[in-house]
Amino acid sequence: MLLAIDVALLIEKLVLIVVVVFASLGIAMYTTFAERKVAAILQDRRGPNRAGPFGLLQPLADGLKLFFKEEIIPNFSSKFLFILGPALAMLTACMTSAVIPWGDKVELFGRTIDLQIADVNIGILYVFGVVSLGVYGIMIGSWASNNKFSLLGGLRAASQIISYELAMGISMIALLMVTGTLSLKEMVVQQQHHYWNVVYQPLGFLIFLICAFAECNRTPFDLPEAENELIGGYHTEYSSMKLGFYLFSEYINMFISSVVMATLYFGGYDMPFVNEAALAPNMAALVGIVALLAKVVCFIFFFMWVRWTIPRFRYDQLMHLGWRILIPLALFNMLTTGGAILYFSK
Amino acid sequence: MQALTNKAKQVSRKPMSFMEKLYLPAIFKGMMITFSHIFKKKPTINYPEKQRPFSPVFRGLHILNRDAEGRENCTACGLCAVACPAEAITMEAAERQVGEEHLYKEEKYAAKYEINMLRCIFCGLCEEACPKDAIYLSETFTPADYQRKQFIYSKNELLIPHPKENEEAYLKALGNRPKKEIVK
Repeated sequence: MLLAIDVALLIEKLVLIVVVVFASLGIAMYTTFAERKVAAILQDRRGPNRAGPFGLLQPLADGLKLFFKEEIIPNFSSKFLFILGPALAMLTACMTSAVIPWGDKVELFGRTIDLQIADVNIGILYVFGVVSLGVYGIMIGSWASNNKFSLLGGLRAASQIISYELAMGISMIALLMVTGTLSLKEMVVQQQHHYWNVVYQPLGFLIFLICAFAECNRTPFDLPEAENELIGGYHTEYSSMKLGFYLFSEYINMFISSVVMATLYFGGYDMPFVNEAALAPNMAALVGIVALLAKVVCFIFFFMWVRWTIPRFRYDQLMHLGWRILIPLALFNMLTTGGAILYFSK
Repeated sequence: MQALTNKAKQVSRKPMSFMEKLYLPAIFKGMMITFSHIFKKKPTINYPEKQRPFSPVFRGLHILNRDAEGRENCTACGLCAVACPAEAITMEAAERQVGEEHLYKEEKYAAKYEINMLRCIFCGLCEEACPKDAIYLSETFTPADYQRKQFIYSKNELLIPHPKENEEAYLKALGNRPKKEIVK
């Protein structure tokens, strides 16, 4: 029977996909709220507190507002590409979550369910591939807008992401030499038994973190949408929910990159000082999810904290940092890691 | 060249040290500053729920006063209109008829009394000019409106509530204003 499709597995994965996508959408939604709240608190303000208790309904109100806005497609733009841009940005942002291990196994209805949509053996490569596709959403949208400011924003985004992906990839290679695997699940399992990878790769983590800021277009690397130079950058011409998609995909990217950083360097769903094997499997999975989300919340707060502290780079400074500092540093890190591995395994 | 003041400072152009070039310590320092602001007291007041009290000399919306029996003080002498630098006040006088003694304090009263709140500059000269303590500026401001003509306040809006019929509103409108001495 070649076509013996395991229906239960299909349903299980479908449910998992729906849950993960909606969870990341929900988290991204409340990240927008948290961003405004954190910004306010860091600036001695109160932040949104009118919609619902403590302003908790604010993201819903923002979404509703975007839906009811007039949708404008410029006359001179290519309509197909104009719609494809934000759709692609959103799609690639959501796709990354497929290979992330959200927790250990859960036992439900007599089945053991892996809390990971797909345990691909090249998981981290998949993440890199999809993330680099994300820039097409920005580039296509900015090109289709037929607007100088948009195009400049798109160009900036493209060159910035290419420059920083290099350093990110090289810092990644050093990590892969330590772990010896590309599968995210295996990396987490390794970190459960040893120290977290950040202990072995502090410099690599620092480079990865800086590059993650650049990949997410977050301050101090938010040149593609630099409000005061480029109006809105690549999304100048966008309105209504298409603009919402762009803004939203940025927050999903931030969430996903926080998850990736937590998984790669901070033990993923590993709760420190807790022996998961001693707990009941479902309990262990729950503890794991909570641990992962706690790490993610810390990272997201860090993203915001940096945003509301540091001003934006100048473009030449950005390129200087990327090519002349981070890449040599990443290469140095890779070489020393390789040397250390050779020395200690002898 | 001789400096005009001794405040001029020589800008330091010396090249950055290694620690400064690292840039990260400076970022960390900056982040500590923003972090410390989490614990600072927020100066914002949640406006509609909580209102800051006005100062006792605040000059807000005008009120046409009544005496303790609820009779209107105004005699339509027009001194307030004369005093008004913005020419915001207009009035028409009328003679008190027999049987209206409970309404008006003196023989002459203002049949029509209008203040254009868009012209008014809230200087309080009308209050100072009034010999009968008939007009004073309260501790509220003019609410927003949609049409210009809504800002011409007539006696309906200006008169203080009747002290006998609606004592609570009367006392509220009166506020804690120091009593003005009436010049006899």
